[in-house]
Amino acid sequence: MAVNTNNKVNIVAPPEGHSDAGFFATSLDKAVGLARKNSIWPLPFATSCCGIEFMATMASNYDMARFGAERLSFSPRQADLLMVMGTISKKMGPVVKQVYLQMAEPRWVIAVGACASSGGIFDTYSVLQGIDKVVPVDVYVPGCPPRPEQIIDGLMRIQDLIGNESLRRRNSPEYKALLNSYGIK
Amino acid sequence: MIESLKNKDLSEMNLNTINLGPTHPATHGIFQNVLTMDGEKILHAESTVGYIHRAFEKLAEHRPFNQITPITDRLNYCSSPINNFGWEMTMEKLLGVQLPKRVEYMRVIIMELARIADHVICNSILAVDTGALTGFTHIFQQREKIYEIYEEICGARLTTNIGRIGGFERDFNDKTWKKIKDFVQEFPKAFKEYEALVNRNRIFMDRTIGTGAVSAEEALNYGFTGPNLRAAGLDYDVRVMNPYSSYQDFDFTIPVGKQGDSYDRYMVRSAEMWNSISIIKQALEKMPDGPYHADVPEFYLPPKQDVYTKMEALIYHFKIVMGETKVPIGEVYHSVEGANGELGFYLVSDGGRTPYRLHFRRPCFITYQAYAKLIEGSVLSDAIITMSSLNIIAGELDA
Amino acid sequence: MELNNAEYTKVVDALKSRFPNSINDIGVPYETLTLSVDSAEIKNIIAFLASEELGFSFLTDVCGMHYESTDELGVVYHIHNLYTNTRIRLKTRLPKSKPEIDSVTSIFKSANWQERETYDFFGIIFKGHPDLRRILNMDEMDYFPLRKEYPLEDGTRTDKNDSMFGR
Repeated sequence: MAVNTNNKVNIVAPPEGHSDAGFFATSLDKAVGLARKNSIWPLPFATSCCGIEFMATMASNYDMARFGAERLSFSPRQADLLMVMGTISKKMGPVVKQVYLQMAEPRWVIAVGACASSGGIFDTYSVLQGIDKVVPVDVYVPGCPPRPEQIIDGLMRIQDLIGNESLRRRNSPEYKALLNSYGIK
Repeated sequence: MIESLKNKDLSEMNLNTINLGPTHPATHGIFQNVLTMDGEKILHAESTVGYIHRAFEKLAEHRPFNQITPITDRLNYCSSPINNFGWEMTMEKLLGVQLPKRVEYMRVIIMELARIADHVICNSILAVDTGALTGFTHIFQQREKIYEIYEEICGARLTTNIGRIGGFERDFNDKTWKKIKDFVQEFPKAFKEYEALVNRNRIFMDRTIGTGAVSAEEALNYGFTGPNLRAAGLDYDVRVMNPYSSYQDFDFTIPVGKQGDSYDRYMVRSAEMWNSISIIKQALEKMPDGPYHADVPEFYLPPKQDVYTKMEALIYHFKIVMGETKVPIGEVYHSVEGANGELGFYLVSDGGRTPYRLHFRRPCFITYQAYAKLIEGSVLSDAIITMSSLNIIAGELDA
Repeated sequence: MELNNAEYTKVVDALKSRFPNSINDIGVPYETLTLSVDSAEIKNIIAFLASEELGFSFLTDVCGMHYESTDELGVVYHIHNLYTNTRIRLKTRLPKSKPEIDSVTSIFKSANWQERETYDFFGIIFKGHPDLRRILNMDEMDYFPLRKEYPLEDGTRTDKNDSMFGR
C-alpha cells in the first residue's frame, strides 16, 4: 500500500473488513453501499426558488458532481434519488407521487427547502403542507432557500443512509408497512 | 389549431398527442403543454398552469404591510430585489414618502445587479437548451459574486427581503462598495468571453433565428412587456416612460430588436446587461451623500438609542413590530421594470393593518398565454427554444 | 371635478359625450385617473378607448375585487396610452347574485388569461370569453377562494393544533 506523506489530505477509511496480501474481505452490504453512495443519479424535481439554489449547487462554485452525482437523470426510471426542491401545490401532489412510483428500488427521497418539508411560509389552501403527505421522505433539508452547503450536507446524509442500508431493507415488513401507509403497493 | 387544418377530418392523419411537462428537463419551472403533433410538427398546443399556485394574493390580505416583502421575493425569484423594491415603492407612494437621493441611487445599483443576475440565467440556460453547457458554468460564477454583494447588504442570497419601507436598515459598508466596484471591473471581462462563445456561434444562431417570432402589434395586443416586447420592435421601458427611483438621472439606451424571435430576445437581454453595468458605474460616480433612509414613522423602526430612552420611539417600535400601524385609505398602482417586463402592484388599502386587496400584475403570466400560439406550426425543438427565450419563471407565472 | 391634466380632461370629455349615463364617478387618487363605470357598457367603453381616436392601446391589468361592505363583486381594468403616457383605471361593480360582465378578449388578447384568473378567484362570469374555466386552482375546487368569506388556510388540515396558534 502506498504511504500517505501529505498530511493535509484526508483519505477516507475503508469499511470494516479483513485485509491481507492481495485481498480485502468485507460484507456485501458494505461493498454495495460504498458503490451506491458514490454514484447517485439524482432526479432534480425543481419547482421554484430552491431550484435556483440547486442550479448554483450544480455550477462550478459548489459542484455537487464531486460527490458522484454527476449524471442528472430526468427520467425517473433511471434515477436513484428524487430531490424535490420547491413548493409542491395540491395540483402537483399526484405528479410527485407518479414520478416516485416510476422509480425502481432502491430509491431515496430528499425534501429540499421549507416548502417541500412542511409547506414553508405558504400555509394556504392550495399548497401541500410537506411532500411527506404523498411520498415517504428520507432526508429533510430546511431553509428558505437552503444554502448550497446545506443542500450538499443533505446529500451527504443521504450518502450515509445509502452506505449503511441493509440489503434486505426493501423486502422487510417495516418498509412494506411504510409504503402501505402511503397507499403504494 | 392551424388555419389550414381547421375543417379537415383529422382522424385520417396519424396524429400524436404528447405531454410536455409539468416536470421537464429544461429547468424553467412547472407548466404543462399538451401538444398535438403530426410527426415533428406541432399542430395545436394547450397550456395548463397553476402547478405552483401559492395564493400570494390571498396571503397578502392576512399579513401586515412590512411582512409582505418576503412574499414578493418569491415572485420572480431570480431577481428578487426588484420585486422587493417595487413593493416598497408602492407603499411609499401610498404614504406619500419622499426618499433621499442616496437611497434611490443605492436602490438603482441593486436593481441593476438583480437585472444582470436574471438575464444571466435566461441567456445561459437558453444556450444550455441548445446544447452549450460551457458558457453556463463560466458565467454562473459571476452570479456568485452578485450573491456575495446581496449577502453583505441583507444576509440572504436568493430571496433577499432587501431594504425597508423608506430606505435601507443600514448604510452599505466599505466591503460592499469594494465588492460592487470589483464586480463592475470583472463582469465585463467574463461576459465578453461568454459572448465570444455564443453570440456568433453558427449552431446557436441557426437554432434561435426565426423561432418564436412575434410581430410588434401582436406582442402589444398580447400584453408583452420587457425584453420580449422590445425584441419585437417597441421601445416601451417603464424606467423611461414612468421613471421611478431617480432613473431619469441616468443615461442609458433602450435596445430594440426587429423580428421578435429568440435570437432578438437573447441579444436584447445581452445589450441590457451592458446597459446595467453602465448604469451601475454612473451611480457609483454620482453617489450623493445623505441619509440612507427616509422618515417613515409608520414602518421604519426608530434607532435603538431612541427606543431605549424616549417614550414615543418605544411606542412606535412596539406598534411597528406588532404590525398595528395604520395607513391612509386609498388605492394605488405602481409598476417597475422587472427583468421580464412591467411588474405592477395594485394595492387597495382600507386603513387597516393589512391590505384590503393586493394584486400583482405579473409579466410572465401575461406573456405565457401567447406561447401556445407562438409554437403552432413549429417543430418540437423550436418550441423548447421559444420557451427558454421567453424567460418564464414559474413563481411569477402562478403566484 | 377639477382635472388639472389636459389629457385627462380630453379623455373624460370624450367619454362623457359618448357614454353620458355610464360614468358614475371620477377621481384622481395618487395622480391616476380613476373612473367608476357601468358594467353593462364596459366593452363599448374599452373599445372606444382602444380606438385610434383615443389611442389606449395597451391593457395593463384586469383584476377582480370583492367589496365586503356592500357584498358586491367588481372588476378593475388598468389601461395605458403609450403615445401620451396616460394611465386610466376603470372600476365596475357587479351584484353577487349575478356577477356577469362582457369579456374584452376580442379587443385585447392579453385579457384572456387575466379574466380566467378573475373567474377562478371570484367567480365572475365573463360573457363571450372563448374558454372560461379555472386556471390556477384545481378544476375540482367548488368555491371561489379570494372572496372574503373564505379563510386562507386549508379547511381540511388535521395536524394543526389550534390551541398553540391562539385559536
